[in-house]
Amino acid sequence: MFCEKAIDLIRELHRMSDGQLPAFNEDGLRQVLQEMEALYEQNQADVNEAKTIGRADLIPSIKLRHCCLLRNQRCIFAYLYDRLLRIRALRWEYGSVLPANVRFHMSAEEVQWFGQYKKSLASFMRSIGGKEGLDITQDMKPPKSLYIQVRCLKDYGEFEIDDGTVILLKKNSQHFLPRWKCEQLIRQGILEHVMS
Amino acid sequence: MEENFLSLDDILLSQERLPVRTECVFPRLGFLEKSSDSQDIPEGTKMELPLWLSKGLYEKKRKVLSVELPKVYKEGWRTVFTADPNVVDLHKMGPYYYGLGSQMLHFDSPENPDIAKTLLQTFIGRFRRTMDSSQNAYNEDTSVLVGRLDCLEKVLFRSGQKGLNGFQSWEKGQASQLTASSLVLNYRKRKLVDVQA
Repeated sequence: MFCEKAIDLIRELHRMSDGQLPAFNEDGLRQVLQEMEALYEQNQADVNEAKTIGRADLIPSIKLRHCCLLRNQRCIFAYLYDRLLRIRALRWEYGSVLPANVRFHMSAEEVQWFGQYKKSLASFMRSIGGKEGLDITQDMKPPKSLYIQVRCLKDYGEFEIDDGTVILLKKNSQHFLPRWKCEQLIRQGILEHVMS
Repeated sequence: MEENFLSLDDILLSQERLPVRTECVFPRLGFLEKSSDSQDIPEGTKMELPLWLSKGLYEKKRKVLSVELPKVYKEGWRTVFTADPNVVDLHKMGPYYYGLGSQMLHFDSPENPDIAKTLLQTFIGRFRRTMDSSQNAYNEDTSVLVGRLDCLEKVLFRSGQKGLNGFQSWEKGQASQLTASSLVLNYRKRKLVDVQA
């Protein structure tokens, strides 16, 4: 049957329904495009024959192939679009620099798109909130205090806070830090917010 | 109800196969029908086609193919659903029981009003139980509860659970705690698995 390859792409994404980004399936995509090319050529040939010799009985087959073409197109669109949504979510989860193992799963065009999204988001954040701009990825939950108690879950290294003090984030060490400074690190799973 | 063009769920839904009967010859496509060796698909062949293809080929005016109802929407099963919708395993029957059922209404059939009614009644009959279990199973293994649900019901169940968990953490005063993103945590779990394998 036609369009099996295309549905495999969709299944692959659907299996990872929690928003993770599987590796870009370039091979699968190419196979779908090849199938579409073959379908198109067959249809072209049949259309010419139907026109010149007047074989109207070919029309149902032409229509069937055309449906398959549209189906393949829909699957590819959905595949690429869903990946873009996931990549966009990464910007909010990981911040502007993605870990290498995530970036590794993206195609060159997706990396480029991510860069552009990052840029648009940054220029939007600069344009609002007065002279210094406003980081809208901060304070996703309303803050209760400016400083919070955090515990370090892994060796991170040196970390500079507002007043210029450098602290060493070592595994299992606890610190009292400005909330906005460590929010990103908590989201990345390096620090843990300790509630008293 | 129209399908969402970009929704993965709707694409998988439209992959469900329907029993159809061809009403005309499909020249040069004989290889799609494995049981015969002829070059064409002859008229009157019974075969299974995915929903998207049946929908694309189906026309009210010019009959190219006629679509038959899948078993679960036929009279016999409909009686079962009306008797007690709670006992059926919709995951086994579907898992897109509601979605496919409402898509079946695209094809002209005298049974359409009955199908629509059964779908609605089945949903109403099961909804109370779905909602109740999603709102009360806290810190429990929900796989038994979820196992028999249709895809649509599963989504509802999960959003109910999300609400319940959110409310519980608010009651415990943990709502303001900053947490690591679930995406990040899942990646780490996977990496661990990769290393072990």
